[in-house]
Amino acid sequence: MAAISRDEVANLARLARISMSDAELDHLAGEMDVILGAVARVQEVAGADVPPTSHPLAVSNVTRDDVVTPSLTPEQALSGAPASSEQRFKVPKILGEE
Amino acid sequence: MSLNYDSALEIYEPTLGLEVHVELNTNSKMFCGCATEFGAQPNTQTCPVCLGLPGSLPVVNKRAIESTILIGLALNCSIAPFSRFARKNYFYPDMPKNFQTSQYDEPICVNGSLDVEIETDEGNKVFKVEIERVHMEEDTGKSLHVGGSTGRIHGADYSLLDYNRAGIPLVEIVTKIVPNTGKYAPLVARGYVAALRDILRSLKVSDVKMEQGSLRCDVNLSLSKRGSGVLGTRSETKNVNSLRSVERAVTGEIVRQANRLQSGEKVVQETRHFLEESGQTRPGRSKEQAEDYRYFPEPDLVPVAPDGKWIEELRKSLPEKPAERRKRLQQAWAVPDKEMRAMVNAELLDTVEQTVLLGADPTRARSWWLGEISRIANERSVLPTDLITVSDVAQIIELITKGELTDKLARQVVEGVIAKEGTPSQVIAKRSLKVVSDDSQLMKAIAEAIAAAPETAQKVRDGNIPAAGALIGAVMKLTGGQADAARVRQLLLKHLGQ
Amino acid sequence: MSIRDNAWQMAAALNNKEISAVELTNQHYEQINAVDKDVHAFLYLDKEGALLQAKEVDKKRAAGERLSPLAGVPLALKDVMTQKDVPTTCGSKILENWRPPYDSTVVTKLKDAGVIILGKTNMDEFAMGSSTENSAFGPTHNPWDLTRIPGGSGGGSSASLAAFEAPLAIGTDTGGSIRQPAAVTGTVGVKPTYGGVSRYGLVAFSSSLDQAGPCARTVLDAALLHQVIAGFDPKDSTSINQALPDVVAATKKLDIKGMKIGVVKQLAGEGYQKGVENKFNEAIAELVKLGAEIIELSCPNFEYALAAYYLIAPSECSSNLARFDSIRFGLRVGDDKVKSAEEVMNLTRQAGFGREVKRRIILGTYALSSGYYDAYYGSAQKVRTLIKQDFDNAFAKCDVLVSPTAPTTAFKIGEKSNDPLAMYLNDIATIPVNMAGIGGMSLPCGLAEEDNLPVGFQIMSPAMKDDRMYLVGGALEAALLSKWGKPILDFAPKLAGSK
Repeated sequence: MAAISRDEVANLARLARISMSDAELDHLAGEMDVILGAVARVQEVAGADVPPTSHPLAVSNVTRDDVVTPSLTPEQALSGAPASSEQRFKVPKILGEE
Repeated sequence: MSLNYDSALEIYEPTLGLEVHVELNTNSKMFCGCATEFGAQPNTQTCPVCLGLPGSLPVVNKRAIESTILIGLALNCSIAPFSRFARKNYFYPDMPKNFQTSQYDEPICVNGSLDVEIETDEGNKVFKVEIERVHMEEDTGKSLHVGGSTGRIHGADYSLLDYNRAGIPLVEIVTKIVPNTGKYAPLVARGYVAALRDILRSLKVSDVKMEQGSLRCDVNLSLSKRGSGVLGTRSETKNVNSLRSVERAVTGEIVRQANRLQSGEKVVQETRHFLEESGQTRPGRSKEQAEDYRYFPEPDLVPVAPDGKWIEELRKSLPEKPAERRKRLQQAWAVPDKEMRAMVNAELLDTVEQTVLLGADPTRARSWWLGEISRIANERSVLPTDLITVSDVAQIIELITKGELTDKLARQVVEGVIAKEGTPSQVIAKRSLKVVSDDSQLMKAIAEAIAAAPETAQKVRDGNIPAAGALIGAVMKLTGGQADAARVRQLLLKHLGQ
Repeated sequence: MSIRDNAWQMAAALNNKEISAVELTNQHYEQINAVDKDVHAFLYLDKEGALLQAKEVDKKRAAGERLSPLAGVPLALKDVMTQKDVPTTCGSKILENWRPPYDSTVVTKLKDAGVIILGKTNMDEFAMGSSTENSAFGPTHNPWDLTRIPGGSGGGSSASLAAFEAPLAIGTDTGGSIRQPAAVTGTVGVKPTYGGVSRYGLVAFSSSLDQAGPCARTVLDAALLHQVIAGFDPKDSTSINQALPDVVAATKKLDIKGMKIGVVKQLAGEGYQKGVENKFNEAIAELVKLGAEIIELSCPNFEYALAAYYLIAPSECSSNLARFDSIRFGLRVGDDKVKSAEEVMNLTRQAGFGREVKRRIILGTYALSSGYYDAYYGSAQKVRTLIKQDFDNAFAKCDVLVSPTAPTTAFKIGEKSNDPLAMYLNDIATIPVNMAGIGGMSLPCGLAEEDNLPVGFQIMSPAMKDDRMYLVGGALEAALLSKWGKPILDFAPKLAGSK
């Protein structure tokens, strides 16, 4: 049995906000199955007694003082925007609130 | 037949949960040095970090951490020796990185409590609201929906985004479930937010202006059938933006949910929006599938691990707790409960205290600020302290105490100061508002008053002391209100052989 | 003075006023004009900016100002680092034409040091790949054989060095993207200790693994460049607040007598090309001759490193690449005034990301999703702990560890592009270093007898002991040079039009 179904891949694409054609989904579902089969072996050695490492550095409390530094100008901030208006980033209509 | 609030509560017991978001008043943002001014021109307070430009990296604002620890300490929380930021992944146009840097399973403060005192039918009662966690995160940008018929998000043609607010430090304070509040649920919810706001204000960590969104409340509510012991499904009402709305939202949700349950429907676990006009809530956009936030430790930040020394330094800097301070002041000033509450509700406790600290009599300070000055402020829709300074009021009260001003004269002085005619002494001089303290001048007025009402004077001579009131009133009138009524009475009675 | 000289020789010529920075820069542009149509190392040339910078350096030198050792020496910048107002694409269509409004810290340091930035080099899209075939702007060709890959993701940077288009380059290494391209092009590449070089302005692929580093034709050149870009950066919370050891002095020392060098059993054998193993063993023999002690040791959990890497890196990338949403910068597709922001976002990401990037985003989204987190991302993090422990144990017994950098020499373009798993195996020897955050270097150790293509020798040093890999690398390089009689790149066939 496949480790991951086409529907699951479709749901992941939805979560990741990537439109996918049926052909793309079919292809990716097959690839994902192979890749997941290969990476699943991490579970073989990951015992409950092994602490996780999320970061190579063991430092903590790196902070900055609460000091204001210069911002970009609005022109700079908006310079890369695909569309802007009234000194704001312009986007197609947003559906619904969070 | 639909249930009203009282009948709903006969059948159901509400369970509350409150999530409060507080914008900290740091100078710079949570993860970058951009300014945090409210109301700045759009996109003038942004940089690669808070715009989420490729390649940018966050660095934590130290004061934001300290403010959060202070809040935790003030809420009797344990401060975690090790805490981390996590990414909460979801897409939304006002969120530049399409993840929110927040805290998940390793928040900085846990397990606190806040006592909320409310008036019940049996007198004042304290509800202990337990705090589950206090954690740090960042605010989102603001969107403006343009076009369409309503100007709201639905039906808009396009949206405009301003990221000035994106990255402003937020602290989220989450309660555990608050059980057994019964019909007082709305008051407990309101009282909790009010008490929390007082604490935050005393800590000076936030502007706590609900109307500007620097303090926002989400209300979770569920009902369980009385005696069943089974918790019901909860709804989450978002962004309730005034104390009154908190109370109304809870009331509204109790009635709405009770009616649903009573008609055999289920309460849906969903996000709802509070409608200021009606006091009702409406459902948010229903999502076909639940979001999966895919939290994981933020790899661009290192852990926050406050040591004991740091925490103790912060603990030492904690101000007196608002509730304790209130008790202390109430005792010191000998104020009845009702008056005390009035002062607190009017948010004038600090002002009155400052006035007293300048030497004013507490009773007078209270009655001036809550009375005349508040009345004018209300008329003009401004704050009392916008009209007149604490030191001016203290000075005026001092003159009253010394007998140099009567209450009536003082009102004119206050009026003059508010009209920007100058300092109290300048107003007194300009308007010649000195008390007539010259006895001979008063005696002249007394003689005049007696001459005008000989019969009344005779009554007083005959021992009818209350009849003197009319004569005193006449003398006050003759002196244009600038006489000290007590002195007039003294002189008058003596003159009439009493 | 020739463009085939090393960077330190160019620096000396500049210092002796035998050549000006402007002349040197122009010579490199001439070479780029001559060969880059075949190599395609560069995505963008900033000739105007580079010459302006060069003029500035010449002026300062003429005025007798004290200059940094590499002032006036040209460099190729991997297109994953932001450079103000210069296109930064990361090899992706989604960033085509994006000009960032800020400099990365590495670029700031390069500019401050007077290093001339010639242009931006090609790479696998968002640094995801081992062949530079995943660039949205076409592959880069290996100067040793134009039908072969130059390694990846930093194939453009390494190819520019091997084609003498630049004497120095900047790469970034998440799972081997500096070292593996160096290995297959016969150049030197160094992945510094994690946190040694600021990541500010490095467009993130996998934040806990990414590290920028120097690429060059010699170990000394790499050391000189390493010194320029290293150092604490208050803009990067994960940068180390500690001075870089003197890597230049270490390189020049050439004395490794008595050093304990560990050979990792797990980074050999099955999957490694015969010629690669042979050249590696010959290099080991050189180290023995130099007086080093060779210790064979085992790092049993390295076996799981590749699997863990292909969960951690995609997980982080699925989140890091969420910001490419058509709103604040970059591509926007499908905005017909009818579709919603969400639909436009979905279409933009469909059109803007290539196949490998989508594959990893989906894989990472899966590994982090509720119900799978513990089994995949969580388990991978545990493997990371075990790999760190393996390194700790190994470094308790020896000063550095060594292995072949890549299991094979450069393969043919197109050979593995339809088999992701085969492609992922290229990183098998380089990934453990990133997982533990330690330092790694690749330098050439000969040509494989089967194909006459360069083989890379990897040296791994403990965190913040980067000087150790330079010490061993410098000594080995000198020994091999005297054995070969000339630099390895002199064995490469001459490119058409090349100087």
